[in-house]
Amino acid sequence: MALQQVRPTLPSDDKRWKLVNGTMRRNGYAGHALIETLHTVQDAFGYLDESSLRFVAGSLDLPLSKVYGVATFYHLFMLKPKGRHACVVCAGTACYIKGAGGLVDAVEHHFGVKPGETTGDDRLSVLTARCVGACGLAPAVVIDGNVLGKQTADGLVAKIGELR
Amino acid sequence: MNVDELAELAQTYRDEEAPLRHEVRVCMAASCQSSGAAPVHDALEKACADRGASCKVKGVGCMGLCSAGPLVAVADHGADLAHSTLYRDVKPEDAADIAASVDGVPVERLRCPTDQPFFARQQRIVLENSGVIDPESFRGYVAAGGYAALVKALSEMTPAEVVQEVIASGLRGRGGGGYPTGLKWSTVAKMSDVQKYVVCNADEGDPGAFMDRAVLESDPHRVLEGMAIAAYAIGANKGYVYVRAEYPLAVERLTTAIRKAKRSGFLGSKVAETQFAFEIEIRLGAGAFVCGEETALMASIEGLRGQPRPRPPYPAEYGLWGHPTLINNVETFANIAPIIRNGGAWFASIGTPKSKGTKVFALAGTIENTGLIEVPMGTTLRDIIEVIGGGIPGGKAVKAVQTGGPSGGCVPAPQLDIPVDYDSLKSLGTMMGSGGMIVMDETSDMVDVARYFMEFCMTESCGKCVPCRAGTQQMHGLLDRIARSQGTARDLALLEELCEVVQATSLCGLGQTAPNPVVSTLRYFRDEYERKLVPGD
Repeated sequence: MALQQVRPTLPSDDKRWKLVNGTMRRNGYAGHALIETLHTVQDAFGYLDESSLRFVAGSLDLPLSKVYGVATFYHLFMLKPKGRHACVVCAGTACYIKGAGGLVDAVEHHFGVKPGETTGDDRLSVLTARCVGACGLAPAVVIDGNVLGKQTADGLVAKIGELR
Repeated sequence: MNVDELAELAQTYRDEEAPLRHEVRVCMAASCQSSGAAPVHDALEKACADRGASCKVKGVGCMGLCSAGPLVAVADHGADLAHSTLYRDVKPEDAADIAASVDGVPVERLRCPTDQPFFARQQRIVLENSGVIDPESFRGYVAAGGYAALVKALSEMTPAEVVQEVIASGLRGRGGGGYPTGLKWSTVAKMSDVQKYVVCNADEGDPGAFMDRAVLESDPHRVLEGMAIAAYAIGANKGYVYVRAEYPLAVERLTTAIRKAKRSGFLGSKVAETQFAFEIEIRLGAGAFVCGEETALMASIEGLRGQPRPRPPYPAEYGLWGHPTLINNVETFANIAPIIRNGGAWFASIGTPKSKGTKVFALAGTIENTGLIEVPMGTTLRDIIEVIGGGIPGGKAVKAVQTGGPSGGCVPAPQLDIPVDYDSLKSLGTMMGSGGMIVMDETSDMVDVARYFMEFCMTESCGKCVPCRAGTQQMHGLLDRIARSQGTARDLALLEELCEVVQATSLCGLGQTAPNPVVSTLRYFRDEYERKLVPGD
């Protein structure tokens, strides 16, 4: 007789956990739903913290090591919270040839953050992307989800300076 | 449902639109949206309604000339891009003028001529509906002849005949490898397993390439139709589209298309009222380049780390969860419907003896006309760059063209007259790749370009096998020294030796091809490396 697996209770009464549970239920709590579930967690909470990884591992009956392995393998999953604003500099080939490196340097020089870091006041996270597919607009930058094409270092620094 | 019934349905959809004689098409693909297409669309809708113009404002997919976006075309119903009046760099303020022009004279100050080589020299098969139909409209796709190939296959052909037609077409995999598609299909079809899968590889990770994104954003039903035909041919009942999470618009349109196809009975338990059942699910990538490799992609669909495994066994025998699996690229699936509709012989009449059909390329880098083009195989690189692409801005000279991204190599300016097909590019030490073409002018530093690609491969290495994990790291270190003018002749010799080792001993395509940009730039621009060397050992 197979033992009925006991699923962990929701970590808190935050309604967002229901979204996470929904994704797992739609996939029959199968282990192959792991990546889909982590996407849902990140969409809902902005990043993956330890409690969410433990909850997902328990619910899908996977070892925590495997969940952590997957979460750290894929670049898109963040284990730390992002700042209030995100500036993603595209580092695809077309953007690189048209000066994306200069944009990253300018942002680092003015705001003191390297790609992958967040400013001390949590205002700005800087990231690089492997190609956002806007090669016709190179060099491209994505600020809070909006793609801005044909950027210059001065223009970008000014634009980020306006973010509150 | 048979072919005639579908044709009747398509006619009904066309008749519904007929009273509105013209269409104002606004490109709503990602690139034009980034340059502000959404406000233009809204302004045009308002302006046309205000004037009571006999037209419909329609959001469409990619028209190709991304650098001139937002693009707007005024056309008669069903007319293709070449027979429309195209406007470039449109702003919301221009809406009134364009609305007035629908029944009058074109707005000359915004005109973008469609008889220029960029448009006139293209042959659109994969992109035939792109920029013409509304990608979110199921009716629009059917009205343009969509799902006719699927219905034809289901009602008039046996699975073996479908495979035969694809073999006859000579279609080769558009993801870059160039493996004959018909052969792959027949291998999976021969497997006796009751459970088989069809997978569409839409993990377009090659930086500087955006063909698949454009197809998914502009004509998603075409990909679903191709997958359904494949499933019928090989005997699968379940399909997955593995798409990059970095393409939210493509994911959204694909989701809509799957929902609508299901509701209309073209996906589900009784496809087009036959006994054939086929479901498609989307699986999102999470930002790992290696997942474009087929065994890594399958691992990722199974919810694991995207790490490749040795082949054989190939996915055709042992794929998803151990079952036979057919994996093709987006563009390959997009070619299937026209092949079934017009016959394999028709497709085989286009292109070169060994590379049939057309290929979609993403032109980027320092070139006048950045964007998406589709040309017959065998078009020379010079035609693509200098005629269709409009050459290099500012009167500079072409130095090289990079094809195949981080796995490919460069074609130097003196070799631009080669025809673009799988085998010619291979003979120059590069590869077709998925279709990204990055043009570099005389100011580009080739050592820096090689270092850029090596850095890419180094960060994207999955870490499973040593040659790739450690080799890319070491090669990057050597390239970095040379690029900063600190490398010696010994460093260069070591770099060349490492290239050979990593190529020969890596587990998967990522490692095996990672040295290609170095080997290729060394082959044509060795002097640039040597100029940077310093004496010593």
